[in-house]
Amino acid sequence: MPDLGKYAFEVLTAYAGSIAVLAVLIGASLRRSRRVKAALEAVERG
Amino acid sequence: MSIWEYANPKRFMDWTAPVMRVAFAVAAACLVVGLIWGFFFTPDETRQGSTVKIIYLHVPSALMAINAWFMMLVTSLVWLVRRHHVSALAARAAGPIGLAMTVIALITGAIWGSPMWGTYWAWDPRLTSFLILFLFYLGYIALWAAIEDADTAADLTSVLCLVGSVFAILSRYAVNFWNQGLHQGASLSLDKEENVADVFYIPLLICIAGFVALFVALVLLRTRTEIRARRTAALIARSQRA
Repeated sequence: MPDLGKYAFEVLTAYAGSIAVLAVLIGASLRRSRRVKAALEAVERG
Repeated sequence: MSIWEYANPKRFMDWTAPVMRVAFAVAAACLVVGLIWGFFFTPDETRQGSTVKIIYLHVPSALMAINAWFMMLVTSLVWLVRRHHVSALAARAAGPIGLAMTVIALITGAIWGSPMWGTYWAWDPRLTSFLILFLFYLGYIALWAAIEDADTAADLTSVLCLVGSVFAILSRYAVNFWNQGLHQGASLSLDKEENVADVFYIPLLICIAGFVALFVALVLLRTRTEIRARRTAALIARSQRA
């Protein structure tokens, strides 16, 4: 871990917040993709 | 073969599957390398201390927030002119990604601004235009969700996208227009004198490549999802009529 000095809180908060937003975006996109794909397959099977 | 044939939903699903996988792999590789390099192996800046490490998230996300809107503008124009459904669905798919990028840019900017400017927020031209862009993203996504008929929703959101483009342009060039406010000028420029120092430059470029690749991968993933959702709705409607 690098020495972030007196700005450690700011830097770590920025990284944690950004990674959290990206994780939610990617997770939600993959989840909806799987759900819609399954729904289409179910409809096509009749 | 015409370029428009690639916008045929079936062909689009065929060619985007391998491209999406490559884009996800490139995004993962670039983000891991760029962020680890930037976070662990670059020095503090003389005046900004370790807060300079926020640049590896702030600049790429702000860049993508603006460029996502321009991508939506182009695909919206294609929809309005040529009525290609995939282009309207691609614009819809890009909205939440652009919103997430705008949120990251605003959060990291506020956190960075606090120790450097002494405030989380100022009504500076670039910050204000970015906030308005954020509101346009929210409005765009809400409009898509609010209208049941897909073609009507695509028409109205395309018009909203045209209007919002003014603020996307302002977000990019506000500093040059007004030459005032707290926000500095561009971090990257064709003029080498204006660029960030070399030691920060290469990891920053790698992070930008990672964000671009992630944007491409997510747009393709979400557009494919929208195409499937549209086909599902059409099949259900057809079976109900039969």
